[in-house]
Amino acid sequence: MLEIQNISKTFHPGTPNEVRSLRGVNLKLGDGSWVIIIGTNGSGKSTLLNAVAGTFLVDEGKLQLAGHDVTRWPEHARAKLIGRVFQNPFSGTSPSLSIQENLSLAARRGRARGLGWGLKESLVDKMRDEVSRLNMGLEDRLENAIGSLSGGQRQALTLLMATWLRPELLLLDEHTAALDPKSADLVIGLTEQVVTREKLTTLMVTHSMHHAATLGDRLIMMHRGQIIHDFHGAEKRRLRPDDLLARFEEVRRAEQLDESAAEMLAQQYI
Amino acid sequence: MSLLIGTFTIGCILSLLALGVFISFRIFAFPDITADGSVTLGAAVAATLMVHGTSPPLASLAAFAAGMLAGACTGTLYTRFKINSLLSGILVMTALYSINLHIMGKSNVPLLSVSTLVTQSEQLGTKLMRGATGLNLAGWEVSVRDASVLVAVTLAVTLTGTLLYLFLRTNLGMAMRATGDNVQMIRSLGVNDANMIIFGVAISNGFVALSGSLLAQYQGFADVGMGIGMVVWGLASVIIGEALVGTNQLGLTIIGAVMGSVLFRLLVAVALRWGLSPNDLKLITAGFVFCALIVPQFLRKKRLRSAHA
Repeated sequence: MLEIQNISKTFHPGTPNEVRSLRGVNLKLGDGSWVIIIGTNGSGKSTLLNAVAGTFLVDEGKLQLAGHDVTRWPEHARAKLIGRVFQNPFSGTSPSLSIQENLSLAARRGRARGLGWGLKESLVDKMRDEVSRLNMGLEDRLENAIGSLSGGQRQALTLLMATWLRPELLLLDEHTAALDPKSADLVIGLTEQVVTREKLTTLMVTHSMHHAATLGDRLIMMHRGQIIHDFHGAEKRRLRPDDLLARFEEVRRAEQLDESAAEMLAQQYI
Repeated sequence: MSLLIGTFTIGCILSLLALGVFISFRIFAFPDITADGSVTLGAAVAATLMVHGTSPPLASLAAFAAGMLAGACTGTLYTRFKINSLLSGILVMTALYSINLHIMGKSNVPLLSVSTLVTQSEQLGTKLMRGATGLNLAGWEVSVRDASVLVAVTLAVTLTGTLLYLFLRTNLGMAMRATGDNVQMIRSLGVNDANMIIFGVAISNGFVALSGSLLAQYQGFADVGMGIGMVVWGLASVIIGEALVGTNQLGLTIIGAVMGSVLFRLLVAVALRWGLSPNDLKLITAGFVFCALIVPQFLRKKRLRSAHA
């Protein structure tokens, strides 16, 4: 389904701000698998998602998605295959357009847009059904501008928009991190529903060790632009939040060791 | 009375300019200075074609197309070559000055002895009134010719405004609005935002050029300097329109832009009547837009401060 082959990305190369965000990442996802990505700050989790989505083109490596080599595809072309929910609830919707206009934009994701009428009655009826399943009472407010909604409502709608046409791959980039706990639970519930019901191939970045342990069928941990752990199957099912925290602690210790070792070497040899 | 009708007519003609500015400034948040050049471009293309015997409707349509071409250039400079939006507009506007002179062959093309949309609607109006030259409108003596031009222009603006409204609610139009609203979102839904911007700025300048061509036909000449300051004029109309309708509902903002244009023209006519020197007009317009831009900020700050106090 998705095959990431040895991709690398360096931002601002040759400047003092040079950041090697991805260093030879390899990942192969089967059809319908739900992979959780965790990692320290700046470990490259979101960068990996953006590389797959095509926000930038990678320096090296190859990306294959649903039988296409998408490595050089621009972002809007990849959108035909990919549904996305962003961390920022403001990123996924168009605030001055109404709920139904936003949904109708999503109903043509990756398709040609011509002079056809945007809000056909049959489409609006379907919107009312789908939106009522969110249990937010938004089905009677389809004509309201999205700008008037809360972050949780927007994220729920963005999730609905990303999956309106079944995507080959769903990318969730810490999509509940900016929400209050109650809205976050709600959006996670909706995510679980749609991913399992539609058997969506999903890459989900999260900060929550609880979500990381309970959701998905595979978990990868990133550090400094590389994948350092990959848990599948039974091993993934056994994982508890405490295990994950312990892994983070290991990384932190190794880091300290590296730094002190480097310092010692520097003192001895320079 | 004929002065008032003239004011309304010019206000309506310039409302097409306001709609153009509305598309670039409000829908795309793209400060497009090209408009100063494309007003003249529309006038130059239409006037030259009509002098050479092209039918007025066709010449006006050609003006629209020429404006679209100019807008597409600006959009391309901005999206493909990553030139700053203001600079892209300035480059195309500057280039248009020479192009306009080339099209007209001189700095001024008179249309006095040529059949235009204005003379055509005058003739049509006179025919409909069975040859009467004046008519009594609620006690006012009105020239049939002036009135028929106003009616024709109003109809044209209503039609264009409606078409614009309908267009902005098609799949393509909605994608354009969302592009101005949230680029990240519309890209993730598979829309090539660069193409949307090019197309949007093109349509905007099409409207502006159409407005210029009608203005030339109304005043009876095309002049190479007639576009100066037109962007600010259009912006003033849009801002007044927003204040008038006080909402951001699509249909109402379009109506607002038209109303704003007419009202602004009216205000200017009154000011000129009271002895404002025409030379100061652009200074006053710029000052007005300046105030309209900072007053909302100022009010917001004041409200915040009183909320904290």
